[in-house]
Amino acid sequence: MTAIASNRAGVIGRPRLAQRPLVLAAIGFALLAVAMVAGVAAGSVFVPPGDTLAILAHRLLGLDLPATWTAAQETIVFELRLPRVLTAGVVGAGLAVAGATFQGVLRNPLADPYVLGTASGAALGAAVAVIVPVRAVVLEFGLLHGLAFVGALGAVWLVYRLSRVGGHGQMTSLLLTGYAVGSLLAAGLAMAMFLSGTNLRLIFSYLLGGFESASWLRFATALPLVAGASTLILLRARSLNGFLLGEEAAAHLGVDVRRERAILLGLASLATAAAVTVSGLIGFVGLVAPHVVRLAVGPNARLVLPLAAIFGAILMVVADLAARLAGEIPVGVVTAVIGAPFFLALLRQTRAGYEL
Amino acid sequence: MIGVQRLTVAYRGRPALTDVDLHVAAGERVALVGPNGAGKSTLLRAIAGLVEPAAGSIELGGTPLGALDRLAIARRLAVVPQLPQLPFATRVEEVVALGRLPHEHPIRGLRPADRAAIAAAIDRVGVGHLLGRDARELSLGERQLVLLAVAVAQAAPVLALDEPTVHLDLRHQVEVMELLVDLNQRDGTTIVAVLHDVGLAAHFFPRVVVLDRGRLVADGPPAEALDRDRIRDVFGVDPALVRLPAPVQA
Repeated sequence: MTAIASNRAGVIGRPRLAQRPLVLAAIGFALLAVAMVAGVAAGSVFVPPGDTLAILAHRLLGLDLPATWTAAQETIVFELRLPRVLTAGVVGAGLAVAGATFQGVLRNPLADPYVLGTASGAALGAAVAVIVPVRAVVLEFGLLHGLAFVGALGAVWLVYRLSRVGGHGQMTSLLLTGYAVGSLLAAGLAMAMFLSGTNLRLIFSYLLGGFESASWLRFATALPLVAGASTLILLRARSLNGFLLGEEAAAHLGVDVRRERAILLGLASLATAAAVTVSGLIGFVGLVAPHVVRLAVGPNARLVLPLAAIFGAILMVVADLAARLAGEIPVGVVTAVIGAPFFLALLRQTRAGYEL
Repeated sequence: MIGVQRLTVAYRGRPALTDVDLHVAAGERVALVGPNGAGKSTLLRAIAGLVEPAAGSIELGGTPLGALDRLAIARRLAVVPQLPQLPFATRVEEVVALGRLPHEHPIRGLRPADRAAIAAAIDRVGVGHLLGRDARELSLGERQLVLLAVAVAQAAPVLALDEPTVHLDLRHQVEVMELLVDLNQRDGTTIVAVLHDVGLAAHFFPRVVVLDRGRLVADGPPAEALDRDRIRDVFGVDPALVRLPAPVQA
């Protein structure tokens, strides 16, 4: 009897961490900092964490510390690994925010930039920009990001429109359409590789995904785009919450559905494009991060978006570190090993509570 | 409160509503009845600004609907949502909290007044025993009550409902009707409800509007609007089969 009573109380009073989002955020930032220092310290040339921190303090804060490290170590830490780790963090955060937004607007727990073909669209756009013979740095980066954005936006628009016609359940229809459009875009990417000539390797790196070619310049172009798109999405958290009960209910709750859907899908495409432009195709982070966060704090977008950004950054930094330690294997392999079982578990779980 | 004038709505050229006039004053309690396809839900959706009229005009609180944005409409009119498929695990209290979207701070979210309104709505609809549970695991009837709590938390001067009792057993049907009467009498909330059950309409609503094939064919107290001829003409059933209960004392 008491067991039943306490069990009931346990179910109803199941603690949700939603009351302490700031504590969660603080823990998240601490974990992110640890992951980043580990990411900078580890690799084919090991730099002790103490020296790593000292180099960072010396270069970033201008502290005059006794040099216990070599010039080579300083170059490795500051010019190679630090931009790489920071880029991984920004890409992870951007994909997680984009994933949370796609899942919310499309009301589909399995949506993410990869599954929807958005990332493939961005990669194809970037590949086209690589083929186009323009060779001025500013223009090149603008064209790269611009075409990646157009590709991402085009893919999400196409998938959304096509999934609305046809008689399947909404969720299945969206996934199948995403798969079909994604395959078509991948074919386009293969065609771009075929036509690319000397740029083959660069386009191939989009397909493979990774942070080998990270640099301060690439980080500096990705950061404002991802941060800007994420902030604008967060400012629309109310609209994103409205979609929870369906589009008609959202309208009754004061959301201008057509406008907000277009804006949110556009911003999520922008975050995806910015991420794909610097890292190529890396799957599943946009799927896993928001769901893990929702388990802790529930579906409120005001909490899910920032926490998913932090968790997505941690996930990507750790995945990149694991990929490097495993001998520079593509980071997409690591995220797929984590993400694919997660996706399947989610599919099993949602089949019970969702029309399919 | 609601002013509908010569409203005509067409879906792909086929008229769903033709020349409908309906005026509801603040504090009224109105039931919309009629056979399937009569245009009841369309009328409700038109009043909520979700379907574009082919002709005619709609006012909400004295302002033409076209001059109000979605947020302004949501603060004047709460509509009980249809049963949705929730994409994520969502607790009952998190669902009810969505009723505060039109009122909460756009950046910071719920304020103490919003939390008080959520608690009051949960209490009023009687879903306190469901708190903490995933709304996806509830029975249809329980979910129906939670959605009613969403609209109550929205605290708009007009509450519109489309078949609010459809998944409920008899006891819960009566409880929901009594709640509507209470919201109407105690808070002065204007109620417009689409009902299938003419018995519930006649008993709990002092004014009944009958729609048939897109036209408003009767509007008045239940004894007049639902007289024997109309039951036969509109619903196509033998009036002897329908015995309407006496109206509730208002």
